[in-house]
Amino acid sequence: MTTKKSKTVKWGEEPKIGWWEAMYLPAIAGGLATAIKHAFSGRTTTRQYPDVEPEIPPNYRGVHRLNRDEEGRVKCVACYMCQTACPANCIEIIAAPAPKDDPHWKDRDKFPQTFTIDELRCIYCGMCEEACPVDAIELTSVYDLTGYTRKELIFDKEKLLSVFDETSTAGKDPVRTNRGALGPASVEAATASQGPPPPGRGSHG
Amino acid sequence: MFEYLKQSWPTLWPTLGAIGVILAFVPVLGLYMTFIERKLAAYVQDRLGPNRVGPFGILQAIADAIKLFLKEQIIPDHVYTFLYFIAPTFSLMTAMFALVVMPFGPVPTEYTEGFRYIVAPGIDIGIMMMIAISSLSAYGIILGGWASNNKYSLYGAIRSCAQFISYEIPLGLSIIGIIAASGSLNIEQIVSSQGGAIWNWNIFWQPLALIVFFTSALAETNRLPFDLAECEQELVGGFHTEYGGIKFVLFFLAEYTHVVTVSFLTALLFFGGWHFPGLTGPVDANLGGMLLRTFVLVFKVTMVVGFIMLLRWSLPRFRFDQLMGLAWKGLIPLALLNFLCVAIVLTYDLPKHYLALTALFLVAGSMVSARHLQHTINRPRSEGRPATNVNLTESAI
Ligand code: SF4
Ligand code: SF4
Repeated sequence: MTTKKSKTVKWGEEPKIGWWEAMYLPAIAGGLATAIKHAFSGRTTTRQYPDVEPEIPPNYRGVHRLNRDEEGRVKCVACYMCQTACPANCIEIIAAPAPKDDPHWKDRDKFPQTFTIDELRCIYCGMCEEACPVDAIELTSVYDLTGYTRKELIFDKEKLLSVFDETSTAGKDPVRTNRGALGPASVEAATASQGPPPPGRGSHG
Repeated sequence: MFEYLKQSWPTLWPTLGAIGVILAFVPVLGLYMTFIERKLAAYVQDRLGPNRVGPFGILQAIADAIKLFLKEQIIPDHVYTFLYFIAPTFSLMTAMFALVVMPFGPVPTEYTEGFRYIVAPGIDIGIMMMIAISSLSAYGIILGGWASNNKYSLYGAIRSCAQFISYEIPLGLSIIGIIAASGSLNIEQIVSSQGGAIWNWNIFWQPLALIVFFTSALAETNRLPFDLAECEQELVGGFHTEYGGIKFVLFFLAEYTHVVTVSFLTALLFFGGWHFPGLTGPVDANLGGMLLRTFVLVFKVTMVVGFIMLLRWSLPRFRFDQLMGLAWKGLIPLALLNFLCVAIVLTYDLPKHYLALTALFLVAGSMVSARHLQHTINRPRSEGRPATNVNLTESAI
């Protein structure tokens, strides 16, 4: 042996085959017994996926959603934090000043005119979610992302908002962020409506 | 010509009928064996197996067949086209040909008129022909490997060639004992010599022959513990690496036909064929009795097929030197010992009970050869490199 034996490496020997095993027949009988035991145990580990959907933990990192604030506007303030943080460069935002003359938007400065995420480039790392100062972008537990073309899977703002509508009405809100508890865009709304407290960071792991 | 046909019609139609039965059943059987095998594999591995096509997935086999037949026929540039096409056909042809002397139902020892459950009844060299033909099937594999012009295919073919040559010997030797004891090469005679009480089945008199026969027959079928010719982990697909679609199906069917042949032979030679306690005696023309006996035979064959499949999912593949060691150091001496034992009993007209002594020889013989095998298995693969040393990091331990 030319390599020096290091202390962290344990050198094992392949187990030698003894007389009993070398006779084959007892070992074969043993193997068959194991096979038969499993064949008749009736136990299966198969998941019947399309028929029975798996339980996805609420902190799963799946398809993104863009949250709405209490007034139904997109919560994002177009700060580009997520686009900067994204290691896969898959977020593209074009910001626009909020229409000041519209009473509906008068407390907001900026909003994303377009907001696209290439779901195929995304590595679902969750960096965008952590970067967002207003918890506007979140990764949901939606995992079955399919489409016929690549273009279909580049989600725009409307699509991302609709993911929010779907998941929030289905009661499948993600648990990682303090939704609604942070950021200037949501402070007023959060104090105004005395809804149930948002799930706190750490309470679900 | 027409006159001749008319004259020979009474003997011709049963033969044609039997050929028809075999031609109709073997592909369907082969297809469904793949399905059953997949199901069994799934159950052994705690899975569900194919269950999407039809109830319990029973139409899966048909879906597979349709898929394979509709596949594009790819002919690689570098193959020898003629041999490339001949090989799978040859494989299947020989596999089917071996079924000619195989009774698939109760057959009387004396051939009379009418339908018989065998293509060629009353062949006096039945078992010889069987072995001769089944050794031909190596040619299909070797041709396929050679024609593919691909190193993996060629390796597979060469391995299978060596394997066939080695395992042919114990296969033949193990049957000699049976032939000597029943005094005939005719399969019908061998089966009828096992009629009467269950104790007349050859398995009770020559268990060692059964083990040697079954092991070497399994090696001849190229199935898992001995499938070194295909060996996905080392040789991609072995001899059928370059084959796809229908051509692959033919190879596949040949393999399953072999399994059927081996199972039939095992049931016929060792488990009394269509005899069963309470259902022995001469074959009669009574249709119910015939069907019952056919059922008994098919049941036995099914059991053997199931056993072969179960073996596939229980045993790991042999290393090549172990494979050769098993044949030359284990099975051939054992088969010779067995034959010696039978020969002594027959020559000196000893009572048949002495044949059961082979059971003792089984234990003694396997122990003796086990000492050799133990040495073979534990020998490092090459000198100079401690192949048996594996380094395991602490996390692995
Ligand atoms: S999850 Fe990661 S990769 Fe995907 S958009 Fe967010 S930051 Fe980019
Ligand atoms: S980090 Fe949040 S608020 Fe900023 S652009 Fe991204 S989603 Fe919008």
